[in-house]
Amino acid sequence: MEIRTTFHKKLREIQDEVLVMGSMAEKALMSSVKALKERNLELAQQIITDDLKVNRKRFEIEEKCIQLIATQQPMASDLRTIISALNIVSEVERIGDHAEGTAKIVLMIGDEPPLKPLIDIPRMMEKTVDMLHRSLDTFVKGDADTARKIVAEDDEVDNLYDQVFRELLTFMAEDPKTITRATRLIWVAHNLERSADRVTNICERVVYMVTGKMKEIGASRY
Amino acid sequence: MGADHHGHQTAGPKAEVQLMNMKLSPDLLNGTTLASKKTRLAVTGVNLFYGNFQALRNITLEIPECAITAIIGPSGCGKSSFLRLFNRMNDLITGARVEGRVELDGINLYDKSIDVVELRKRVGMVFQKPNPFPLSVFENVAYGPRRHGRQNRGELEEIVEKSLRQAALWDEVKDKLEQSALALSGGQQQRLCIARVLAVEPEVILMDEPCSALDPVATLKIEELMRSLTDNYTIVIVTHNMQQAARVSDMAAFLMMEEDRAGVLVEYGPTSEIFTNPKDKRTEDYITGRFG
Repeated sequence: MEIRTTFHKKLREIQDEVLVMGSMAEKALMSSVKALKERNLELAQQIITDDLKVNRKRFEIEEKCIQLIATQQPMASDLRTIISALNIVSEVERIGDHAEGTAKIVLMIGDEPPLKPLIDIPRMMEKTVDMLHRSLDTFVKGDADTARKIVAEDDEVDNLYDQVFRELLTFMAEDPKTITRATRLIWVAHNLERSADRVTNICERVVYMVTGKMKEIGASRY
Repeated sequence: MGADHHGHQTAGPKAEVQLMNMKLSPDLLNGTTLASKKTRLAVTGVNLFYGNFQALRNITLEIPECAITAIIGPSGCGKSSFLRLFNRMNDLITGARVEGRVELDGINLYDKSIDVVELRKRVGMVFQKPNPFPLSVFENVAYGPRRHGRQNRGELEEIVEKSLRQAALWDEVKDKLEQSALALSGGQQQRLCIARVLAVEPEVILMDEPCSALDPVATLKIEELMRSLTDNYTIVIVTHNMQQAARVSDMAAFLMMEEDRAGVLVEYGPTSEIFTNPKDKRTEDYITGRFG
């Protein structure tokens, strides 16, 4: 029979809010690449404004975690859940920052003609968003096995990054006039690559939450 | 030394500032779910004496309805004396004298017109040690309603079941209502005492160290029960268990002794604030274990 229902309800509320924050970051990632593809400066500006909401959400969740630690004396898996939530929200917040970074690049690009059709960058985004979504799912479900699998999937994003990098390098070598535009796209790809790395950090925290073991599971190539 | 508007001596400007902060102002409750609650109990400029000894000095604070307010502080700081202001239990002590105002819904409890028996029906109390009557489980709960004129068996059965359910005890005792209450475990006895209080439908429940005689699991059960009661009842709990105050309360008041051993209110505010960011260094020192 569960006794501490009030406390455990509050703990679940924190998990739910981490999911809400995660969906804000997912939306920011998707919108940032959409804005890039469509040269949509308005959308880019919106992402920058919305990032403040992501940051606020992080502080809100942190505040709630601190309250529970200060007043409820959480133990064992409850304590690890709260500590993991604290770590995870800072990763999600930084993912939001990476999306914001891409939005700023979109503003910089303005209405310059596109260098090439975007194929691998949207793929990187889709993979990263998918990994982020599932990683937060493992946090709520306490599913360490899936969390470990998601870490391994980071290779796919790294491979796409390699591909984008090589391709853009070719452009630059062939025609130095493309260097500015190509460099900007490399920054975008780098933002996505970093976001996926942060997802692997989230997964490591889930493994800690479930097993109590702090361990780096798979080092990213970048 | 200055004098406040009740003519009591106050300890200078600092005390005046404290008084202002102890009201349930939007400022005090900022950002908490308590902001919309009304004041149920109000204490203004209260001094309590036992003969020549002053037990409480110039206490002012307001307690919100349908919430749990915890009184914390070191042993002997006047926590229990403070609690007993609200059902006039201090009256039972020879030489006890109260100055200032203690109000329930704006009515001064120390007014001559107050019927103390009626008051104690509105303001129930749960004590440190479970103290069931040496009667059956049923009779323990039915005792209060009977005293207040309910005689119909069917009606009493209804009250007993409702009260035991509210006290999260019904499932454990429904098959032994006619057995002696003294055969129950300590935790069950304490929940029975809470059911006994609930049976007379009080507005306020005072709890004086309600868990100090119980094991940790029974303690958590009582705490969970207290949380479930806040929809309908105003609860004031005295506890020397700071962690319990942190876990269970919405508001917390920190009392401590001055040099002459009179209890003063040092800080009062939302529990979330008191335990993460207390304003007074003495509160900080107490809750972090640097003194006490």
